[in-house]
Amino acid sequence: MSEQTGRDAKELHWLVRPSTIRKLWWWSCGSLAVLTLADLVVHGHSYFWIDGTFGFYSWYGLLTCAAMVLFAKGLGVFLKRDDTYYDD
Amino acid sequence: MTTSIPPALILVLGGLVLPFLGGRARAAWILVLPLVTLALVWALPDGPALTVAYLDYELTPVKADNLSRLFATIFSIMAFAGGLFALNQRRVYELAAAFVYAGSAVGVAMAGDLITVFVFWEMMAVASTLVVWSAGTRSSYRASIRYVMVHLFGGVILMVGIIAHVADTGSVAFGPMRPETFGTWLMLIGFLVNAGAPPLSAWLPDAYPEASWSGTVFLSAFTTKAAVYVLLRGFPGAEILIYVGLYMIFYGIIYALLENDMRRILAYSIVNQVGFMVTGIGIGTEMALNGAAAHAFAHIIYKALLLMSAGSVMFMTGKRKCSDLGGLFQSMPLTTICGGIGALSISAFPLTSGFISKSMINQAAADEHMALAWLLLTAASAGVFLHAGIKFPWFVFFQKDSGLRPPDPPWNMRAAMILFAVLCIGIGVLPGPLYAILPYPVDYAPYTVAHVVHMLQLLLFAGLAFFLMLSLMKRTLTITLDFDWFYRTFGVSVVRFLLRVFGPVDRKARRTGLVAFGRVVHQIYRHHGPAGALARTASAGNMVFWVIVMLAGYLVIYFI
Repeated sequence: MSEQTGRDAKELHWLVRPSTIRKLWWWSCGSLAVLTLADLVVHGHSYFWIDGTFGFYSWYGLLTCAAMVLFAKGLGVFLKRDDTYYDD
Repeated sequence: MTTSIPPALILVLGGLVLPFLGGRARAAWILVLPLVTLALVWALPDGPALTVAYLDYELTPVKADNLSRLFATIFSIMAFAGGLFALNQRRVYELAAAFVYAGSAVGVAMAGDLITVFVFWEMMAVASTLVVWSAGTRSSYRASIRYVMVHLFGGVILMVGIIAHVADTGSVAFGPMRPETFGTWLMLIGFLVNAGAPPLSAWLPDAYPEASWSGTVFLSAFTTKAAVYVLLRGFPGAEILIYVGLYMIFYGIIYALLENDMRRILAYSIVNQVGFMVTGIGIGTEMALNGAAAHAFAHIIYKALLLMSAGSVMFMTGKRKCSDLGGLFQSMPLTTICGGIGALSISAFPLTSGFISKSMINQAAADEHMALAWLLLTAASAGVFLHAGIKFPWFVFFQKDSGLRPPDPPWNMRAAMILFAVLCIGIGVLPGPLYAILPYPVDYAPYTVAHVVHMLQLLLFAGLAFFLMLSLMKRTLTITLDFDWFYRTFGVSVVRFLLRVFGPVDRKARRTGLVAFGRVVHQIYRHHGPAGALARTASAGNMVFWVIVMLAGYLVIYFI
């Protein structure tokens, strides 16, 4: 287990260099756009009216996840305690 | 009858022998026992393979069909991989307990009657408690005591339910029931306690992360999935299970999002995944039941894989909190990749096992036009990626650099992870063999273009939500209160309050009572004690005198 030797960009693992992270963001955003636009050509069987709306799985995934994070955050206000709470 | 050896006994008895073996014999024993069990399970023909008369009942300790074979198979595979992973575990009792635990789970899966189910059920409770206990820390001891109390409580409910049911019907056979009578309701509740259903779900995230780095891997597999098995066998299509399951799904997500301990995140996610299975059992169509069974099979593998990667991190670093970890991908590439495959599988990414199993449950909800259940299941699928698929690997292997540079774990731990990672991908790419051993014929094609595109949309946008809201997910040194607060804090306060208020009254009442009692004893002693008037000894002469007086009196009365 060696200590991290420096924050210099050259010594950082290639995966965590700022330039790589920037590229990853661009690639990810590109894939999200392409996937959503794929709805124009891919037509699955729709069981309820809502799952037939454009980009349903994209916006539904984004919104419900945001809602879950916010709900958890709100619940945490009431139920979070120090992790030594149950210690003697 | 081709064989009458109960497969469960191989692991149970073999586990009991384990502490007496050492070196290579021990390693061979650990790896061979599960394989022998597996072979015996598959050698059994359909129907009862062993019957025993007990009291007025005919027990069927071994009975095979597709469903029991499926679960006994995955329990045996799990015992093998868990044993391989734990080969370098120095605490000999842990693996012995784990094998008895695994064997008991096989026993539940093969049981043809309720009494056998109950016996193995309780053996699982005791053996799993010993697995938690053998971590050897004070916190694991205390957690194991809380754990066993919840399970013995659930066991008592189940026992009363079985007795009431047998009294009602006169039969101990274990088959599909409806929660309509007192007995069946209690049995359903007893089963649900082990599934991690509300309100007692907290036993699972409380106890499992306290076990050792290898113990938690075993714990994740058997108790909850044996509960899924008995629910599949006993209560298919019980509507209440849809609501219970949906609650468990979101409970697991929300609590996992708030959690800092990496193995507790995964423990909450067990409740979440079992929630999917319970919902499927509640929907109750052949598609849903197949989905629940397939998901249990796939889940045992990827959850064990996730906990193996977490166990490896704990083994190499001694740390378990996300806030102490991060950046480990640089020095533990294999653990990162295997943990990542587990994370993709639990999230149901295409080409992984979760994709071909969980989607059957969602499909069943859509087929039955259960709009709300379907919408919630779909949101939950995104939520799984959020709390287990990204959160776990991100905070453990990536995020900020903790500066820790441990290497990958020893060979046996790596081999166990590789085995399960290969199975996760293998089942995802070629679902045919798993579909072939499900309880009902499968008429489902998971790989349609629309399904793959929709799933990728859902998951990748869940990922986007995670990174957009990363600041809200910052790890803190906190826990989140759960129902166990009632018996860990509230109950203790109530007892202390009662002691304080009624303690003096009680002491005074007892002292007064003791004084009064002492007086009574004293009075009795005065009259009946050695010096008492009523206990005085009299001499023989005295006796003769009084006899003569009596006879003289008698003579006088006679003559008169």
